[in-house]
Amino acid sequence: MKDSLDLLARLGPGASLSKIHELIREVTVGQVMTSPVYTVSSWDTMEVVRDSMRDHRISGLPVVDNDELVGLVSTADLIRALEEGRVTASVADYMTRKLVCARTDEPILEALRRAEKTGVGRMPVVDAEGKLRGVITRGDIVTGLLRSLQQAYSAFEQQRRPHYFFEALESDETSLILRYRVRQGDFTHGGHASARIKQALLRIGASAKFARRVAIATYEAEINLIIHTTDGGHIVAEIHPDRITVVAHDSGPGIPDVELARQPGYSTASDLAREMGFGAGMGLPNIERCADEVNIWSAVGVGTRVEMIFYVPPEEIQPE
Amino acid sequence: MKVKDVLAATGWELLTPTLPALENEIQGGYVADLLSCVMAGAQPDQLWFTLQTHSNIVAVASLTGVAAVVICEGAAVGADTVQKAAEQGVVLLRSAAPVYETVKQAIALGL
Repeated sequence: MKDSLDLLARLGPGASLSKIHELIREVTVGQVMTSPVYTVSSWDTMEVVRDSMRDHRISGLPVVDNDELVGLVSTADLIRALEEGRVTASVADYMTRKLVCARTDEPILEALRRAEKTGVGRMPVVDAEGKLRGVITRGDIVTGLLRSLQQAYSAFEQQRRPHYFFEALESDETSLILRYRVRQGDFTHGGHASARIKQALLRIGASAKFARRVAIATYEAEINLIIHTTDGGHIVAEIHPDRITVVAHDSGPGIPDVELARQPGYSTASDLAREMGFGAGMGLPNIERCADEVNIWSAVGVGTRVEMIFYVPPEEIQPE
Repeated sequence: MKVKDVLAATGWELLTPTLPALENEIQGGYVADLLSCVMAGAQPDQLWFTLQTHSNIVAVASLTGVAAVVICEGAAVGADTVQKAAEQGVVLLRSAAPVYETVKQAIALGL
């Protein structure tokens, strides 16, 4: 229900109903009818009707003689035969001969209107030559309508997804800042900020590959805040149309030798962190591999600031 | 081959509920317990074989986009990890066999 309301809202006022009407009009009886169908002939007995209805769990059967549609026999007709104790009587005695039919090529809305006007629950479907092709029920029609709405919605969603990074936002210089607090020792929430940044990038049109690169570097910085700081820190992502800057900053203890810390395999992680699979000494190397630029500033007793810059791939930048 | 097909063929245990990610196509695998190595090396759509079970594996799996996590040696997995995985749509599988044998099973399936 929410989806269809959303669709209406997004198609815009005025245009919405006619647009949906147009979509629905395109659905034909032939597309939603049940086919092939079980049939009986008018000289079959009502017992045959009973068995077929029971075996196939259906409530009505078209009657066809020599390839020609001659009537319809329903559960109501069968009940009448049972009440009268005449299950061995022929179908011809009980079937309805006045038929309300639908045509394979007509829109389902027309068929629905006819079903409502005449009060029938099911209609045999015939082609232009009057040959039986299927059966349509009100349930089939409703299912068909819902399916076409669903398709319209999917098509619309696809169309509305931004094609370029930062599409739909306009200013002389647009940027978006996402800020996250990361607590020292909080391994349970490790990756929380990175996951949200990744999700945000995907939502505004970044490719999965680019979002993944940013997320991996951010994750390493986030884990560093959890493992190595005295009081946690912050992750701040600033998203520009052409680049993303992620800064991880904290207030201590600071890195005595930044060059040493950048070397693969070097780690000062605690035993607890190592037990959990951290402390491989690959954090900063991973960051340098994923980010296009990395700037590290650190002072013992003051804190550390790791700045990572990612340039949006040229093909994802929104054209002027 | 899909995650659900591997699950059916190997008899590994599915720890998470039925998630859409069971339909993920698998392209090979990656073995490591050091999370940074996984972050650096694991590719989307791979199976990640590990002995780690704490909840951070979910973040690593989700950020790298691996097809599923295969926890080996029948390691005990906390309810918090399973819950987090379910929330983030990450499939957790568990094999009773050690890593080497578990990987051999995957290879035997042609992965």
